[in-house]
Formats: sequence, structure tokens, C-alpha cells
Amino acid sequence: MRFLTLRVPKAWVTPLGVTGTVIAAIWIFVAFTAPLYLPYDPLAQDLPRLQEPGIDTLMGTDALGRDMFSRLLSGASVTIPLAMLLVAVSMLFGTVVGAIAGFFGKWFDEVLMRFTDLVMAFPTVILAMVIAASLGPSLWNAVIAAVVVSWPQYARMTRSLVLSLRTQNYVTAGRLLGFSPAKSLRVDIAPNIVGPILVLATLDIGTAILLLSGLSFLGLGAQPPTAEWGSMISAAMQNFDSWWIGVFPGLAILTVVMAFNFIGDSLRDIFDPTSALSRTEVNA
Amino acid sequence: MSDVALSIRDLTIAIGDRKAPKQIVGGISLDLRAGRIQGLAGESGSGKTVSSLAVLGLLPANAVVGGSMRLGETELIGLPLRELRAIRGRRVAMIFQDPSSSLHPQIRVGAQLTDHVRRHLGYDKKKARAHAIELLERVQVPGAEEALSRYPHQFSGGQRQRIAIAIALACDPDVLLADEPTTALDVTVQAGILQLLRDLAIERRLAVLLVTHDLGVMSAIADDVAVMRFGRIVEAASREQLFTAPQHEYTRELLAALPGAQGAKGEPT
Amino acid sequence: MGETTPVARRYPARSPLAGYLLRRLGTSILLLFGVTIVTFALTNLVPGNPIAAALGEGAASNPATVAAYVEKYGLDQPLPVQYATYVGNLFQGDMGTSLHTRQPVTEDLLKAVPATVEVALGSIVVSLAVGVALGSIAAYRRGRISDQVVRVISLVGLSVPTFWMALTSFNLFFLQLGIAPGSGRLSPIYAPPPHVTGLYTVDTLLAGQWESFVDAMAHLMLPVFVLSLFTIGLLTRFVRTSVLEVLDADYVRAGRAKGLSGPRMLFGYVLRGASLPILTIVGLAFGALLSGTVLVEAVFAWPGLGTYAYESSTSLDLPGIMGVGLVVGVIYLVINFIVDMLYGVLDPRVRLG
Repeated sequence: MRFLTLRVPKAWVTPLGVTGTVIAAIWIFVAFTAPLYLPYDPLAQDLPRLQEPGIDTLMGTDALGRDMFSRLLSGASVTIPLAMLLVAVSMLFGTVVGAIAGFFGKWFDEVLMRFTDLVMAFPTVILAMVIAASLGPSLWNAVIAAVVVSWPQYARMTRSLVLSLRTQNYVTAGRLLGFSPAKSLRVDIAPNIVGPILVLATLDIGTAILLLSGLSFLGLGAQPPTAEWGSMISAAMQNFDSWWIGVFPGLAILTVVMAFNFIGDSLRDIFDPTSALSRTEVNA
Repeated sequence: MSDVALSIRDLTIAIGDRKAPKQIVGGISLDLRAGRIQGLAGESGSGKTVSSLAVLGLLPANAVVGGSMRLGETELIGLPLRELRAIRGRRVAMIFQDPSSSLHPQIRVGAQLTDHVRRHLGYDKKKARAHAIELLERVQVPGAEEALSRYPHQFSGGQRQRIAIAIALACDPDVLLADEPTTALDVTVQAGILQLLRDLAIERRLAVLLVTHDLGVMSAIADDVAVMRFGRIVEAASREQLFTAPQHEYTRELLAALPGAQGAKGEPT
Repeated sequence: MGETTPVARRYPARSPLAGYLLRRLGTSILLLFGVTIVTFALTNLVPGNPIAAALGEGAASNPATVAAYVEKYGLDQPLPVQYATYVGNLFQGDMGTSLHTRQPVTEDLLKAVPATVEVALGSIVVSLAVGVALGSIAAYRRGRISDQVVRVISLVGLSVPTFWMALTSFNLFFLQLGIAPGSGRLSPIYAPPPHVTGLYTVDTLLAGQWESFVDAMAHLMLPVFVLSLFTIGLLTRFVRTSVLEVLDADYVRAGRAKGLSGPRMLFGYVLRGASLPILTIVGLAFGALLSGTVLVEAVFAWPGLGTYAYESSTSLDLPGIMGVGLVVGVIYLVINFIVDMLYGVLDPRVRLG
């Protein structure tokens, strides 16, 4: 396995990888700067209701007279940072759990993996729904629910990576030299895990966005009047004729998630040896 | 002199991307004669396996093959795929190194023995089945009839290779290519397989190409031996000649590396 | 001699398949209890007044109702006893009363399950067919344009927010274009068929109601289409990877060396070799499908678990939500067990030892 290098690997510069990076960069920029240039206040209900998209309101207005375009931009600054935070937390927690289970084995492995299995025994949205409902509908509770259902995949992956690396010669050499488990993990194992975990995390940002907006759609995430893409689409259920209420937020979700999936897929080509782009090995 | 079943002339093989293909084989010539075993020896990387794969067109898509390989009247290089498929398994057959991976783990032995027979020879189910039993008996796999409905993993390594040989013989080919047929097997079992190959070659007038790095195996059954190095043949002679009076220095090195050779020279390797 | 004992004379071993299945069954049962523990823990996690959450604000202000509830569910007992009571109630089929339908949750769920099974089965069949086809094409044409196109299709499928797709396609195909039938499982002019399996498509066929069958199929199409987008994306990717691995395998090369080609090669050798990993992904895909139903059914007014979950979550009907969580968890467990079973059956090494 290769160490993570700082130079952009050539395999990333594919149409897919570049498209994804550009779109994701735009959205992240919007997410962090949107509040600075919203055309209207996303919460103000003073515009004419249910207006079709026009010059004044690029994406129309909803049933309460709010500007959809502003709400869309505002929604980006809600969902995207939260999704990234959520993924970071799940990744950290899951990776640590997996590393402990894989490195120390035996008892740790049994207990920790049982927890992992238990969470993975439920389909994700269902479990997240149940947790979010129990905690009470709010955006932060939805985030917590999402973290709970997301960490196990990191644990599983890390564990299997650590298990396969643990027996490598250089790791054993390190232990013999007197490395503490922590140092061994940090110096010998961590660099080789970063790649696949990073791929997983990138793809997971898309999943997190879908999950958060899904929970909000179900009424369990962002609460009114917060502008969140999922809840905006839910509102569209009551106003079938006003197509602009549902279509734009959905397109927003689609493009962001697609961008991260494109990036993640390109990263996967770099880090995952089994999806090698060309196989010309010959055993003469 | 026996007839030449397969004639290879100036075979070149290059593999890699179109701009900078790597040359693996740089022009070799060989004849495979009916009833005789032609050995092709060399270390890994010498190009011997690649050469054997080239005969049936089993190289990766980005391989460029040059020269000539004549099977009787037919030129194999550049042959359209449809015609090549008619030859594969029918006039030229191949057995591979590891029978645990070259037999499909999820298909019964009987089916693997008969699917190509039915395609090439048009036998019906009953005839193909009877034929398969005959083959298994010839290669000395016990309990032939029950064996048909068993899976490869239920046999030992040696038996699996015998099954692979039976599959190769099924359509009565003229040429048999054997790529390291005993390398993956226990030493105790190797002799039996080699003997089987030799008997079959004589009995069925098969032209056999035996590819292996193991000169011990070579000395056991090959009639003629060609030594390959870096994609070229450095020496080709009959077995007696090669093993008693090797001409090329590389051949002598290989022979010296054989266990038991140290005794004669008195030097540790 | 040298060779091992002839196959025919080996001792007939106790069926390895049975042993494998028993072990899997054991794990499944343990997980089943785990699932109940999770839902139990979550019901107790509810901040604020859990009793109000279960009974609704109105009923919870009535001391007599509260007392009866406390006694029935043993809420004044220590936790382990509460759990035992909970499990005991589950075995008797008591999952509480739904706040939004005022019916026993168990009854509601039983009515809803067949509808979801129908759309989930339809979706898995479509997803498998399309996913295997696309994935195989991509694998065979690796690196070429068709491979890239398939890859993009798969990534887009994985990126579409299912609930939005449901809404948009319903809007587009039914309201705007009028080519898809309306919501629900049947048009209002048709009565549901006599109940045999609960799957309208099957039951209408069994009852010989040809027109109803066509109508039921038509209604199934859009929900299945929407639901399948994600799983097609998932399956395509994995099928491509699995088929690529198999195409490199020795036994495929040996098959080619025998002169085999075409369908015999594709189905008999390649896909069969990839069948085991694909089966594993099908199990995961089912999980995604079950999740998806929650987001899709409500839009189509499809009276299954998904709509029930949607109505429960938007009205904060906690017993309803817990019930759905538990039932879906169990269904998923059963699916995975079936997958394990099929695994044992498809792999002769497991089946015969």
C-alpha cells in the first residue's frame, strides 16, 4: 500500500474526479459564505406566496411567502457543514474502535464487534429514524442519530485493515524494537489505513447529506422555520402544483451528493488495489 | 521422424500500453512433434509461460504477437476468434499449474468434462457422460461414475490435475500444452502425473509442450528440451544431450543449481 | 499408492450444511434479542415523559390510565424486569397502541407488511436484473466508453435523494404527463383481490382477475422504479467488481482454453463464479430498500410499512415508530439469514464440506 502523498495522483485527474471536485468546491464555498449574500431573508414571510420562478425570485416563493433561492442557499449552510462534521465524528470514533478491536484482539474484538453488528443489524434510515424520534425531533438529534448509524462501517473497515497489517514484518519489527501499541499504531499502521478510510469518508459525506435531509423530510430533523433541503421537499408534498418548491432543493441535494460520490469514486481508483485501472501483470 | 503437429517460428510477444510495449519474447522457434514431449525450461520471467499462452490466444488484450505458429495447415496468429475457439480444446488443449483454481469450484466434475465435448463433438448427454467415465478411468481417478457428480474440492490435488488432464484429452486433441503441471502438487504425487502424461503422449500420439522451471521434472519425461532466458531460446537439444553435455553457459548454471548437483561440484550454492 | 482414499469410501459426515445453518441460526437469534434490546433501550431513552410519549398527552393526564399502563408494562420494576415484560409482551404480539391510528400497533403493521413486501420484491428483482446486466457489461468492456457511462449511471443512482425522486416522478409522470396511474395499489374502480398472499399482483392472478392484475402491476411500476435507483447503483458497482475478479480467474481462462464462449461462459462460468459476492450485496441492497420504503411509500400513498413509518414519525407516534423499527429490524434479520442459507446452498464447499 502506498503512503499518502501530497501530490495529486494522476488517477484523480479524470473527468469524473475533476467535475466532482469543482462542484463540491462550489457548494462548500456557498455553504460557508451564503449568509453573506442572501438576496432575501430566508425566514421572512413577506413576499407574495407561491410565486413561480421569475426575475425577482429566481426560484419562486413557497406557501408562506419566503424566497426559495435564499432558502436554498441557506439550506446549504445548514446541511453541508453538519454533514461534514457528522462524518468526521463517525470516522474518528469508528476508526478508533476498529483499530482497538483489530490490534488488541480477543476480548476487545468480541465486545466491540458485537456492538458494531448490533447497529448494522438495522437498515440505516430506519434506525436513525427510531433514534431521532426517541431523542426528540431536532436537527442536532438528527445529527446524533446519523453519527450512531454511521460509525460502524469505519470500525469494520479499520478492523479488517488493521488485522491484515498487524502481521506485516515491519509492524512486528516495530514491536520488537520496543514500540508501544500507540506508537505502533501511529507510525506503522495509520499511514496505510488513511487511504481507504478517506475514500469511505468522502463517499459517506454524500450518504450523510441524504440521511440528514431524509430525516428532515420525515419531520425528525430540522424543524420549521429552519431552511433545510429535506424539509423543503416535505413541504412540497402539500403544494403539488408549485413544482419549484420541491424540484430545486432536490436538485441541490443531487448535485452535492453526486459531486462527493464522483470524488470518492476517483479516490477509490487510487487507493484500492483491487479496482486497478489496468492489469497487465504477466507471470512468464 | 514423427510429424510436426505445431510449428512455431520467430514468435515475438510484447505486452503493455500501445506507446511503450514491453517485449517479453524476442523470437523463438520450436517444433512440437506427435508422440514426443518438448520441454520448455527457464526461470520466472523468461517468457516460457507467455509463449504457451500465446498458442491459444490467451494473452491479455494489449498483447502484440508476431511471427508464425502453424497448426498443420492453419496459421494461428491472426486467426479470427471464431475459428480459434473451434481449435481451443478440440485440436489444441491446455492444462494449467494449479488445478484447484483452474477447475471451476462451483461446477460438478462431470459437467466440466462434458461441456466442451458437447460443443465441439456434438455428443448427446448420454454419450458425453459415458465418454467422461472412460476418460476418468484412463487417468486413473477412482470411482469414476460417482466422481462425475462431485465437485473439485472433494478431490485431492493430484486427482484434480488428473481430472484436468482428462478434460484436456476429451476431444482427442493433437497438441497438449502443459504449463507447470506438477509445480503445485506434492512431490510424492508428481511422478504419477508425469508418468501419466508420458504414457498418454505415446498412446495418443500427442504433441506435448511441457513448460516448467524444474529441470528435474524435465529430465524425467521430456524428449527434447529448449532453455529460455530473457525471451529467447539459448539452447535446444535432446534430453540426453542437454543433461550430459550442455553447450550454453546458462544451461550449465541451471543444471548446477539443481539439488544434488552440488555433490558433483563440491560447492555450496 | 500415494493418493488419498477414494471419494466413494469416505465416511459419510454429518451434513456440514446443517451445521452451518444451525450456527447461523444461533447468531440470528442472538441478534434478534439484540434488536429488542435496542428498541427497548430507545423507548427508555425518551427525554421528558415517556408515558406521555406512549399514551399521548391527553391520556397521560388521566391518573387511572397512567397507573394501568405502569402496571401493564412493569414500569415501576427494575430495568431487567421491565425488559422481560417487554419481551413477554412482544411474544404475545403486543407492541402498544398507535397514537395516530388508535389501533394496536401490531395490527397496523400486519396490515402494512404485504404491501411493502410486494414493492420490495419487485424492486429487488428489477435491481438485480438491471444491476447484473449493467455491471457485467461494464466489466467486459472495462476501460471503454460503455464502462465509463455505466459508472456514471451507477454513481448518479446512488446520489439521487429517493424521497425527492418519488415526488418528482409522481408529479411528472402522473400529474403532468398522465402516463402513470395514480397513488395507491389499485385504481379506485377495482376492488382488492381475495387475500391469499397479500401481494395484489399475485392474488389477482390467482383469482383470475386479469384487468385488476394489469392495474396492480401498473401501480407497482413507479414506486419500484424510484426505489430501485439506489440499489441499481449499488449492485452495478459491486457486480462490476466481482465480475472483473472472476474474469481474471484461472477457471475462466481454462474455460476459454476449452473453446467455451458466449452464454455458456457468461452464465455458467463467470456469473456463477461471481454469484456468491453478488448474493452478499443483495442482502445489503435489501437493507437499503427497506430504508427506502420509508421515504417513498408515503408519496404514492402506498399502504405499507413505509407510509406507516412516515405517518408515525411526522406525528411523533412513538409506539408506531418503535413498532416499525422492530419489525423492519426483524425482517432484515430474516433476509440476512436467508442470504446466509443461500450462500451455503450455492457454494458446494460449504454444502458438502
